[in-house]
Amino acid sequence: MIEVQNITKRYGDFTAIDRVTFTVDKGEVLAFLGPNGAGKTTAMRILTCFMPATEGVARVAGFDCFDQPIEVKRRIGYLPEHPPLYQELTVTEYLTFVGRIKGMGAEDLRSGLDRVMERLALGDVRHRLIANLSRGYQQRVGLAQALLHDPPVLILDEPTLGLDPKQIIEIRELIKSLAGSHTVILSTHILPEATAVCQRVVIINNGRIVAVDSPEGLSARLRQSEKIRVAVKAPPADLANRFRALPGILSVFEPTESGAFLLEYELGQDRRDELARFVVDNGWGLLELKTVSMTLEDVFLRLTQHEEGLE
Amino acid sequence: MTSVNAILAKELRSYFVSPVVYVVGAVFLLIFGVLSYLAVVNAGTQAVRMMQIQGAAAQLNLNDLVFRPTFYSAAIVILLVLPILTMRLFAEERKLRTFELLMTSPIRLNEVVIGKFLGAYLIFLGMLALTGIVPLILSVFSSFDWRPVLTGYLGLALMGALFLATGLFASALTENQIVAAFLSFGLLILVWLLGALGSVLGDNPIGNTISYLSFIEHYDRLVRGLVDTKDLIYYVSGMVLMLFLAHRVVESQRWR
Repeated sequence: MIEVQNITKRYGDFTAIDRVTFTVDKGEVLAFLGPNGAGKTTAMRILTCFMPATEGVARVAGFDCFDQPIEVKRRIGYLPEHPPLYQELTVTEYLTFVGRIKGMGAEDLRSGLDRVMERLALGDVRHRLIANLSRGYQQRVGLAQALLHDPPVLILDEPTLGLDPKQIIEIRELIKSLAGSHTVILSTHILPEATAVCQRVVIINNGRIVAVDSPEGLSARLRQSEKIRVAVKAPPADLANRFRALPGILSVFEPTESGAFLLEYELGQDRRDELARFVVDNGWGLLELKTVSMTLEDVFLRLTQHEEGLE
Repeated sequence: MTSVNAILAKELRSYFVSPVVYVVGAVFLLIFGVLSYLAVVNAGTQAVRMMQIQGAAAQLNLNDLVFRPTFYSAAIVILLVLPILTMRLFAEERKLRTFELLMTSPIRLNEVVIGKFLGAYLIFLGMLALTGIVPLILSVFSSFDWRPVLTGYLGLALMGALFLATGLFASALTENQIVAAFLSFGLLILVWLLGALGSVLGDNPIGNTISYLSFIEHYDRLVRGLVDTKDLIYYVSGMVLMLFLAHRVVESQRWR
């Protein structure tokens, strides 16, 4: 549905994104993950035909963003980072205007309005001025604007920015419900959001794609060791050293306030039974033993820091 | 065309919910009213003087004594008032980032430019129509030639279109509304002064060309009741040029 090949965008000497290539299939939800200033917004602006790329080709639904912008724009709903709201209009007036510039007919517009008002719970504020709405409502009006003409492709720049936790969950549910029927690209710097909603994550740092994979795949791929957490009831003073003497152990982290040791093994080795026997046979009292998987957060930090280290 | 209508309707709505239109309209109408009142009083004084000299009431020409001075002053008033009407058109869209919505919607930039221009122009024509009360009242008490009055209005309407297009262009250049308004004042006053510059240079091709560029000599003929195609072409082409420049400026911003 979306094809991006070697897109580069330069502002003078500054390269905002550098030879970015990825594709998104129909019905897929993809997250752009990266620290602020990584080039997420620039990539989105190129896809929505807001600005042309310096080099490279971007295609949406088979239409080229540069040669056929109107066809592309017809098929895209876009929520920019700052919701593009006219403060002096009411919610209904605003959405009606948006529908008309999206080329919707009167009938489509009426049903579209009802649909987004219901989906985003805007019914109560439909006659209020946008200027008087809270940040959360304004963000939802921004989303309503993107969904109004029911476009097959949605590009959402930080869709949950400024919402309270309950609303964040609602919006994530909404995005999940769009998967399958709609192709969605969303950007975020919040990791759990990417894990919660997306089938694929593109990690961008300093304008370059660092990794593309599913959230699980990413953490599996980047795991360099197996970690096991062990809590012991009556540990002898030199337990850490005794652990270190075990075969296959890479390193041992001393207990923190949780009172548990963290043992790092070589990749692909499951030594849990051995470890359990070791503790029990010595009569120290095994309280807890479990593997610790690397969170996406660890992956993200490792990737982005690694990247910075290179330069 | 539906897109132009959508932009136009939204612009009108935005104008009427903000105080700008009311303030600009009120100021314009008040000044126009005071100017025409002063012109009428002045005409009365002259009539009294003529009666003392000639001993009889002379036939007063309202066209010369009232309408012409009023139209000349009105040109200065719209120069001061119209940039206020246009200053927000693009500057505000960029400041509030609603520009991103317009540029990612399936509409063409020229539709946006035309829609915005028409919105401001309709407001201006509405203000102009309200000043029609002055000739209407005068026509009850006196008689005058309607033709130069109507061509004077035509001149104001054409010159207003040029001013608004210039203001739109200035608004496209910046995110700051004050800067936009000031830029259009500057541009308009400069073009105005070209008339004086042209006459300093004398009656030669260069001087005449420079004078031609000023909008005031074209307006002068219309106020005197002369409708010349070249004057109409001057205003329409100037307006189209300014709208085209606004379009190019906005378009070029995407490339930076």
